[in-house]
Amino acid sequence: MLSIESFVAISLIKTVIALFVLLTAVAYTVWLERKVVGHMQNRWGPTRVGPFGLLQPLADGVKFMFKEDLIPPHVYKPLYIAAPMLAVVFALTSIAVIPVGNSISIGGIQTSLQITDVNIGLLIILGVTSLGVYGVALAGWSSNSKYSLLGGLRASAQMVSYEIALGLSLVGVLILSGSFSLREIVDAQSGTYLGFIPRWNIFPQFIAFFIYLMSAYAETNRIPFDLPEAETELVAGYHTEYSAMKFAMFFMAEYANMITVACVASLLFLGGWHGPAFGPPLLQAILPVFWFALRIFGFLFVYIWIRGTLPRFRYDQLMAFGWKFLLPLAIANLVVTALIVAIQS
Amino acid sequence: MHLILFLAFGAVCVAGAVNLLVQRHPINSALSLVVVMGSLAAEYLLLGAEFVAAVQVIVYAGAVMVLFVFVIMLLNAGEEEPTKGSRVAMLFGIPGMLVGSLLIAWVLLQHSGNQSVAVGALPGPPKTIGWLLFHEYLLPFEATSVLVLIAIMGAVVLAASPESLGRKE
Repeated sequence: MLSIESFVAISLIKTVIALFVLLTAVAYTVWLERKVVGHMQNRWGPTRVGPFGLLQPLADGVKFMFKEDLIPPHVYKPLYIAAPMLAVVFALTSIAVIPVGNSISIGGIQTSLQITDVNIGLLIILGVTSLGVYGVALAGWSSNSKYSLLGGLRASAQMVSYEIALGLSLVGVLILSGSFSLREIVDAQSGTYLGFIPRWNIFPQFIAFFIYLMSAYAETNRIPFDLPEAETELVAGYHTEYSAMKFAMFFMAEYANMITVACVASLLFLGGWHGPAFGPPLLQAILPVFWFALRIFGFLFVYIWIRGTLPRFRYDQLMAFGWKFLLPLAIANLVVTALIVAIQS
Repeated sequence: MHLILFLAFGAVCVAGAVNLLVQRHPINSALSLVVVMGSLAAEYLLLGAEFVAAVQVIVYAGAVMVLFVFVIMLLNAGEEEPTKGSRVAMLFGIPGMLVGSLLIAWVLLQHSGNQSVAVGALPGPPKTIGWLLFHEYLLPFEATSVLVLIAIMGAVVLAASPESLGRKE
């Protein structure tokens, strides 16, 4: 058993590392998106700052920090200032329960590659992401502008609607693995079917994976469901009135949410960090983390790919798709899964 | 440590509830209610009921209150203005509330004795709750779900226009 001091010290170190990695990942997801979409549209994307434009996120960060922070005179100030903070805080919080690999031991101290392992990890992620809607909704309302208000209203209606399909799509996985703990869910996916197909939840739960994918795009306000910030109708939606670092916070929150969604998809459907581990002990310790990062990268790439491919939905199509197609499908999938598990046991 | 946290979150909860009543703007009141929900979740967590805590955040803070805020945004409700009625309500309401809460506290203390729930003592894991809900309390649980269904149907009937329900008038 650890003493309180060492527990606090280890947690603090892990938190700092996790936040640093997450924020770097956020910055470079932006770079990746600009680069990939650029190439898809026959452009180069950023090329000027550093090799392949790799230092572009840094330059952007400096620009955001030194820009003048405009606060329009007609806003409701307390909430206008609080909204971007809420958005970014809730987006960064969920990293606390996400495991990235097996436990390692450094200097005789055994520690898991996760800030904290709780037995309701998945519920905490769902709870924190469901609170994230306040950042967007309050930003839209407090800006006191018609575009922002419409964007905020669209965002909150959309996120509340798709949250239901999203939650129900995860229940099938929970039934299969019998736990809310993300670590146990990943452990339940070790081994193979028939000797060569990995025992990932995506194979028995491919319908749930599809539903999760769709609702996750809607939850993170990404194309084809990016109506809250549809620039042809709403200027920039809920963050129309924001500038400088406050705008950057919304941007960071969006990309951090994308990464959280990718983490959850990898953990629940794609077997987390499972993959071939070989070589010397050090390599064996690092490889799982690498496999996990590879899955997240793949998921983010699909995100960007879809952004470069699909047009935007109309709002009534979005709502009809969520309530009349995804939700019944999720419930049917849940009933079938529960029946099969009940018959088997 | 647990006790200190418990008292701190209790204080936050009460402060949020008082702020909810004091604030004049509906959106501030709604957000105070979110704070109350959040600190209640923290209290459940400290008592060991982690599943209830998570559900409290997901359902109340994450869904019900979002809809409250949504409606306030949609109606663009402004600050409330004190009327004659609200002054009278204040005059009688505050003493009435004090008497009421004292009465409840007195009854509770009379009937529960000095035993209080120990911190972290409630059976909270999802498995226990699922077992209780679907075995011991199956009938009340299902009856409640039917009740909720009736409420939803009522809301649909009230909200839908007569044409869309197929009635010709």
